[in-house]
Amino acid sequence: MGQLSAEEWGIVVLSLKVGIVAVLAAMPLAFGLAYLLARGRFPGKVLLDAVVHLPLVVPPVVTGWLLLLAFGPNGPAGRFFETVFGITFMFRWTGAALAAAVMALPLMVRAIRLSIEAVDQRLEQTARTLGAGPWRTFATITLPLALPGILAGAVLGFARSIGEFGATITFVSNIPGETQTLPLAIYSALQMPGGDSFVLRLAVVSVLLSLMALVASEALARRAGYGKGGHVL
Amino acid sequence: MSFDVDIALKRGDTPIAARFSAPAGITALFGPSGAGKTSVLQAAAGLLKPERGRIVAGDVVLFDSAAGIDLPPERRACGYVFQDIRLFPHRRVRDNLLYGWRLAPEDRRWMTLEEATDFLGVDHLLHRMPRTLSGGEAQRVAIGRALLSGPRYLLMDEPLSSLDAPRRGEIMTVIERIRDELGLPILYVTHDREEVRRLADQVVEIGTR
Repeated sequence: MGQLSAEEWGIVVLSLKVGIVAVLAAMPLAFGLAYLLARGRFPGKVLLDAVVHLPLVVPPVVTGWLLLLAFGPNGPAGRFFETVFGITFMFRWTGAALAAAVMALPLMVRAIRLSIEAVDQRLEQTARTLGAGPWRTFATITLPLALPGILAGAVLGFARSIGEFGATITFVSNIPGETQTLPLAIYSALQMPGGDSFVLRLAVVSVLLSLMALVASEALARRAGYGKGGHVL
Repeated sequence: MSFDVDIALKRGDTPIAARFSAPAGITALFGPSGAGKTSVLQAAAGLLKPERGRIVAGDVVLFDSAAGIDLPPERRACGYVFQDIRLFPHRRVRDNLLYGWRLAPEDRRWMTLEEATDFLGVDHLLHRMPRTLSGGEAQRVAIGRALLSGPRYLLMDEPLSSLDAPRRGEIMTVIERIRDELGLPILYVTHDREEVRRLADQVVEIGTR
């Protein structure tokens, strides 16, 4: 199997960068949605829940195409991000991160939602009676008790991002050094004769990364159970 | 100071009315299970909004439906001791004890951590996590946490019911000391005649109208 070449390292590093940025970018939205779905009571909650889960079931190529419409140079979201933040997505690694974020979002929302639902609201009431306002209660009780689940969601989302293929290749194409993450590089190598050892090495890296992420996520999710713990509860 | 309650509230479809004045000492809210005793405590703490009425602690109006006053729990300065204890599972005993103390304005604190731990005999537990405590130890810490938050009145919801017999006697002694030494109005929910007989200065029956 041997050492990874400079080119292969570049692919791994790009994948890690895309995965980390995707998770960081998706986290505020994922947390907000998870909190809303866990605690909110409003009309249309079922619909919101369904929309959040869409990327899990829609063909990724359709998600990629929708991203192209929305975030392409002529898309409304694309124009907004270019004028307000100076960020473009087309044929750039940022676009790969965006596609990965969209695909990771449902998994992150699920994990975070479960951890928020596991927080005992009676503990929040207790904090209120001890003089903590709603925000302080959130920061000192809700958030720390949900934290293991939030981290589990982040790790799960990261694993999903690293594996993203369909939406990415549709949205930002397959450009070495820019948008060519691990799965895309493996796909390219499979099209060419003599790429077997290249494919094998990248495949092993992919499996190892995913495995580590899943183990970490599972370990964190188990710890999240302590939100229900405490005494005689 | 006295604590005055005159409220009407609904628990499910059952109307509950409570009208009493609690001076310093223990006012037992006594009645069968499901009569709404806990609801009255929750209303006193601001965790449940009565349909109408008035709750006053000394010269502070906590709730007045006619005047549109409804202070949130964090501004009422109540010390609430729960039936199910409710220590924060992610914080050590010391941080549980100091949670409300740190949030209380300095002029409202009337007890230090040392005084509270001496009073309750929990000084050896300060570095433990709540899940490692016995039921009696946990209830002492919960009582300390409530006292340290500088309350103007105490609410105790069957604080003995989750404990075995020897612990009950122990905590009852602590509650007697709180009653005799601290001079606070205490609303004490129970359905146990023995507790009423031993602890209560006055009894308010709930759910026997």
